[in-house]
Amino acid sequence: MVALTPETDPTPDAVAGGPRQRRKLTGYWLILPTAVWLGLFFVVPFYSLLATSLFDPDGSVLTGYDVTYHFANFGHALSEYWQPMVRSLWYAALATAFCLVLGYVLAYAIAFRAGRWKNLMLVLVVAPFFTSFLIRTLSWKLILGDNGWVVDALQTVHILGSDNRLLATPIAVVAGLTYNFLPFMVLPLYASLEKIDGRLIEAASDLYASPSRAFFKVTWPLSLPGVVGGTLLTFIPATGDFINASLLGSPNQRMVGNVIQDLFTTTGDYARAGALSVILMLIILVLVLFYIRKAGTEELL
Amino acid sequence: MSFVRRNLVLLLGLLVLVYMYIPNVIVALMSFNDSSHARNLYRFQSFTWDNWLHPCRPDGMCAAVGKSVEIGLLATLVATVLGTLAAFALVRHRFHGRGSMNIVLFLPMASPEIVMGSSLLALFVATGFGGRLGFWTILIAHVMFCLSFVVITVRSRLAGLDANLEQAAMDLYATEFQTFWRVTFPLVFPGILGAALLAFSLSFDDFIITNLNAGQTVTFPMFVWGAAQRGVPMQVNVVGTVMFLIAIAVVVSGEVLSRRRAKGLVA
Repeated sequence: MVALTPETDPTPDAVAGGPRQRRKLTGYWLILPTAVWLGLFFVVPFYSLLATSLFDPDGSVLTGYDVTYHFANFGHALSEYWQPMVRSLWYAALATAFCLVLGYVLAYAIAFRAGRWKNLMLVLVVAPFFTSFLIRTLSWKLILGDNGWVVDALQTVHILGSDNRLLATPIAVVAGLTYNFLPFMVLPLYASLEKIDGRLIEAASDLYASPSRAFFKVTWPLSLPGVVGGTLLTFIPATGDFINASLLGSPNQRMVGNVIQDLFTTTGDYARAGALSVILMLIILVLVLFYIRKAGTEELL
Repeated sequence: MSFVRRNLVLLLGLLVLVYMYIPNVIVALMSFNDSSHARNLYRFQSFTWDNWLHPCRPDGMCAAVGKSVEIGLLATLVATVLGTLAAFALVRHRFHGRGSMNIVLFLPMASPEIVMGSSLLALFVATGFGGRLGFWTILIAHVMFCLSFVVITVRSRLAGLDANLEQAAMDLYATEFQTFWRVTFPLVFPGILGAALLAFSLSFDDFIITNLNAGQTVTFPMFVWGAAQRGVPMQVNVVGTVMFLIAIAVVVSGEVLSRRRAKGLVA
């Protein structure tokens, strides 16, 4: 009820929220539901996950698990599944690099060259999202299929041998990841490119900088916040993804997401699945912190 | 040639955009595919209206769509209301723990879904809900991952608001209540609508988190996933195309409405 009381207060400074005392509380009431929800169902679950990763591996869903601080789970999980783990990081890094190139071109075009079509193009970037991404990923199966025109074309120009295929190869998986996460790259890039004052680039060319020099000395450094944001929003979900590896790859392209998913749902080995999840999260956390620090200092230079 | 040179960046950008639409075109095309006597389901055989006339023919598909819509609407409602309140708190009010709240809001967008999904599952199992996974656990998960996106969307709209408009309303003796409902809310509304649309699409589309916490409940993405192992019925493409068209219609009508309103304000 406290949240409603300031409404009866007609003093002009109430725009900013009425008397100080009430105003203070209003903020808490407004944020409370979200904070509780995220606390209960986002933060607390991490503790559950951590506990799960320390389960006694001999337990099962039926007999129940005990938290036995069985740290060996981590060792087992890592020694058994280091390959899918490394593969995930590698595929995600490749996909992020491709997204950065494609996304930068598109975001740059929208921010500086689209003119009055800017809003329309932005909507067009998001619109494909509304077809379920499983369905869209399945359609890549058709595009990259063994008798599809992409394979035919590549075979005709001898890039691909006549027996080689695209489907069930790392190329297909990385292509799928690139496609699926491209909008996550474009939007943050656009947001920071859009803020750049065009006069700065003009000034660079007035001072006889070539277009490419102006780009690398002015545009690129100013767009770095978007680059950092976009690469994180692409790399992190791509690392955990298993849809592309399942639908477009073969068991040889299994990513860590596939392993965790199978351990939880098929095998029911909660302890190892939990341990692997925790490892994945930790690796990502370390990489991200390292990356932000690195990118942050570059920005200062 | 000079036209190409001058507009090289724009052309390249459009090419990237075209690339993003290839799958949507394929999906639309395949929705007219007659797959009744096909061996290879990933190939266009012959044209038919059949899939569009009988979209519910595959067993359980329409039930799954219904379930996804139900969960999507509920999750959108809850996440939009809570998220909008939180956005107001973050932009308009001061409170302790604001910094950590921002971090907690950012993290769900920056965590791999598989980790979030398995954490939630671990929580449900630990608290004895492991056997009761289903509608409610999916709903809880969906609201959780939609919240951040709602807060971010509404917050950016709210932050871009001209505070002078509210000040003007107050100067003209509007009460705070009136100011809120007649000035602030209508101005923020497009942001809230956008956030709701985003939340619904995230919820409707989610597979990884849902699959871990669904129990026996089958949502539309889970139906597609299950079908993908055998061969997807072509009606799935109909649903994909319809979703796309609905979203476009909503976005376009929103755009038209806000243009009309903007004109009204100027006139």
